[in-house]
Amino acid sequence: MIVVRLALEERGQSDISGAFSLHREDIDMRLLRSVLAGTTAFCAAGAVAAAELEVTHWWTSGGEAAAVTEFAKAFNEGTEHTWVDGAIAGGGSTARPIMVSRITGGDPMHATQFNHGRQAEELVEAGLMLDLTDLAEAEGWTDFIHPASLLDSCTLDGRIYCVPVNIHSWQWLWLSHKAYEDAGLDVPSNWGEFIDTAPQLIEAGKVPLAMGQQPWQTAGAFGVLATAIAGVDTWAKVTIDKDASVAAGPEYAKVFQAAAQARELSKDSNVQDWNLATAMVINGQAGGQIMGDWAQGEFAIAGKVAGEDYTCLPGLGVHELISTAGDAFYFPKQDDPEIEAAQLELASTMLSKTAQVAFNLKKGSLPVRGDVDLAAANDCMKKGLAILAEGNIIPSGDQSFSADTATQLEDLMVEFWNDLSMSAEEVQEIYADIIADAD
Amino acid sequence: MTEVSHMHLDGPRGKKPKKRLSPTNIMIYSTLFVVAAYYLLPLYVMVATSLKGMPEVRLGNIFSPPVDVTFDPWVKAWAEACTGINCEGLSRGFWNSVRITVPSVIASIAIASVNGYALANWRFKGADVFFTILIFGAFIPYQVMIYPMVILLRELGLYGSLWGLVLVHSVFGMPILTLLFRNYFTSLPEELFKAARVDGAGFWRIYLQIMLPMSLPIFVVAMILQVTGIWNDFLFGVIFTKPEFYPMTVQLNNIVNAVQGVKEYNVNMAATLLTGLVPLTIYFISGKLFVRGIAAGAVKG
Amino acid sequence: MSLANSGQGTARRPNKLLRNLPAKIASIPMVLTALVVFVGCTLWTIYHSFTGSRLLPAPEKWVGLDQYERLWGTRRWLVSIENLALYGAGSLIFSLVIGFTLAALLDRKIRGEAVFRTIFLYPFALSFIVTGLAWQWILNPDFGLQSVVQGWGWAGFEFNPLNDRNTVMYGVLIAGLWQGTGFIMIVLLAGLRGIDEDIWKATRIEGIPAWKTYIVVIIPMMRATFVTVLVLIASGIIKVYDLIVAQTSGGPGIASEVPAKYVIERMFQSQNLGQGFAASTMMLLSVLIVLIPWAYLEFGGKKKHD
Repeated sequence: MIVVRLALEERGQSDISGAFSLHREDIDMRLLRSVLAGTTAFCAAGAVAAAELEVTHWWTSGGEAAAVTEFAKAFNEGTEHTWVDGAIAGGGSTARPIMVSRITGGDPMHATQFNHGRQAEELVEAGLMLDLTDLAEAEGWTDFIHPASLLDSCTLDGRIYCVPVNIHSWQWLWLSHKAYEDAGLDVPSNWGEFIDTAPQLIEAGKVPLAMGQQPWQTAGAFGVLATAIAGVDTWAKVTIDKDASVAAGPEYAKVFQAAAQARELSKDSNVQDWNLATAMVINGQAGGQIMGDWAQGEFAIAGKVAGEDYTCLPGLGVHELISTAGDAFYFPKQDDPEIEAAQLELASTMLSKTAQVAFNLKKGSLPVRGDVDLAAANDCMKKGLAILAEGNIIPSGDQSFSADTATQLEDLMVEFWNDLSMSAEEVQEIYADIIADAD
Repeated sequence: MTEVSHMHLDGPRGKKPKKRLSPTNIMIYSTLFVVAAYYLLPLYVMVATSLKGMPEVRLGNIFSPPVDVTFDPWVKAWAEACTGINCEGLSRGFWNSVRITVPSVIASIAIASVNGYALANWRFKGADVFFTILIFGAFIPYQVMIYPMVILLRELGLYGSLWGLVLVHSVFGMPILTLLFRNYFTSLPEELFKAARVDGAGFWRIYLQIMLPMSLPIFVVAMILQVTGIWNDFLFGVIFTKPEFYPMTVQLNNIVNAVQGVKEYNVNMAATLLTGLVPLTIYFISGKLFVRGIAAGAVKG
Repeated sequence: MSLANSGQGTARRPNKLLRNLPAKIASIPMVLTALVVFVGCTLWTIYHSFTGSRLLPAPEKWVGLDQYERLWGTRRWLVSIENLALYGAGSLIFSLVIGFTLAALLDRKIRGEAVFRTIFLYPFALSFIVTGLAWQWILNPDFGLQSVVQGWGWAGFEFNPLNDRNTVMYGVLIAGLWQGTGFIMIVLLAGLRGIDEDIWKATRIEGIPAWKTYIVVIIPMMRATFVTVLVLIASGIIKVYDLIVAQTSGGPGIASEVPAKYVIERMFQSQNLGQGFAASTMMLLSVLIVLIPWAYLEFGGKKKHD
């Protein structure tokens, strides 16, 4: 970072003033800039210090693409640089390998999404990522990023290497009002009621639980069931302390039973992608879906209103809590000081109040700043914000498991979910084995 | 592999057919027609689906011909289909594939033809050892060599660039092409070579003035083999390039898998057909030469 | 290599190192490919399969056989191996049987042989990605074959191989055979055409029926062609990757996973290079098991042909 600093000083204040002053600037100023958007964009092309930053991410569904466009807009309009979009389709599991091999292959992009947590751990350790500590101190990130654990996930040996951009929680059950109306039922208010009403839904020709069959979805849903059914403490013993005996124990046996039950209810959902599963809930084919809050973006795009067309139950309506998973941006080191200055500006832009609000409203996730006004937020987001304010938060699986362990668990869960002959006891045993070896 | 590259498909050798429709002949033809239907079916279904609108796809069955023929799915697949916020369709992938395929084909054939010529006519001690390693190397699963190749390309500063991928294709195309050219040059009459030597011609002059003009067929075969092979590649494209340079196959897989809202099967099928169009065209134009090329290249897998 | 005796067809000039220099220069790419890529990269991978490399190669973290132990204790790897065996056996048997039957039928002096040949072979020009996507669509339970047949009145008709973990590999096999048998047919047809016409005359005079002639006389005579075809099929099987990625993504669950996919995902997705290297080394080993006997049969007895 010293190098970066020197480089910045050498380049003079004009280039970096943007980077360091964004947070001090009033929103009015930023709005003014937005108004001048057109002209700025044109000027940017000719400006000497303007850089084109290639940003890779895996946000390709409708809601996600709309959200990331907000970041691109904020960056293009608010700075003289240009956002070059490098979307990689197929979800994180397809995109991450491409990102990693480009960084280790010596052809790094200028900024890239990861889930904050341990996915980029080794890349940071290998010194491949830009140190953002100075920028963070200058802008006072620790003062406004909430909860603080988000920044901890970006920190290695006291230095900050990433920008958390949103909080995503997995712990949601999305329920279709139409499906329940068609079956002549009331919309359930917790997991127990959901299970109880499932047979009637089936009779009405509905699929009770929509479940996409990509590995990360089944593994994520299992995590949600675990926190809801075994409780946070037990969950933490397994996920954070990696206690295999608890994973093999009776508390978790209940979780696996519940998972087997959920599997039974989702056996007629014939889709792969999460957003297609969400679509089943949206059009009333399915009763519900366990999915993270990004599902909200799909409801929004379909013009559905929370509380009227669909209901969201945080923590499956059992334990109201949310995990602080989410996305973060990392900035792979470049040799070019001009690019580095632009990278810092992008980091700053992503954390700015306007960009945070615009992005998260589209994405359906919660902002990482405790000090923004989300008046425009819908019911579900407000529920999430309230839980966040109360501090009912847990770290996410991404923050606790290495990529290696996470994929092992995903392989196991997707197998379990698709193989009705695999018993709850059997899968629990293997699960405990993986936890025993986990790091 | 030699017998394959010199195979002759003309002139059936079986029993003389009887003039009238015998029960045997009926059986033969009906079997052939049924199998032909199985082979043609997917192509027909793809074409039919790609010419229907989505409502028709959803209501009709996949075998029914399109009622309202529309070319919108083709236009959309080519120019508008999205991955992320890039909605440029497959056209970008098409041009990337062209930019990857053309230099890869030229480089790999140039290298391998000179190399095969050296092996056939200018053998030096030790050459056979390397040649044997090369041929056996063709059987090593790519997965074994992919990661060290990433490191090699990084050290060369080529990782993620088009040229890096061109190098990878040239390297992995080398065994079969070298074998092909070596066998071909060996089969040419040796007197030609000897006469040229007596006249004092050197390595390059003989190659350019004697060998090249006589080798047009084998160059065409090698070209067909490389163009289709490289065009159809997926693994290298996905590992050694970045999204900006994704070849058509990779982009096709991305477009089909990047679902926004509803799956548009008609657009997917149009995109699939578009991707298959180049190798199919080569196949239908070049006919028998294609068979020879592919037969020679099948070792590469 | 520099202290060369001259081979046939080579000029005999006295100076040793520089002799035949252009040929040596022309062979540099081959030498580099053979040594650096095929030998070097392979050894590098094998060595690193004994290390605990995670996201980055870590030659210093020696773990012995740990990666292999874990590999053979991983369900997904075992499923992958089973699938490969199933797919391998299926494609070997069906490619040979269908390929040979078609070749024999085409060899019966039929009309329109060229047309049939063209039809049977065209899928071979298509990539596995295209093949996989096309068959994914045809086998789609809601719109594809199943719904069409149901629409014809057989409401109970079920043909949904891709969504059933017990049958998914057969669904993949159907696509794989569609793509590849035409080529096997062409190679076998070439082999059939290489058989002397007199053999046919002789068996006809003897009154041996055609089918019996094929089995008893022709097939044994085509041993060399069959060996070639076998190697072609086998080397294709181990590389199955694109087809799975496009057609099933390994699902449902892990029911259609294959070793090649396991390797790629361990290396690039799980950030566990060591595990990926161990798995790819096992792939190499299985290739050697096929290759060594073949090389022995092909080159063992006689001297290598030039």
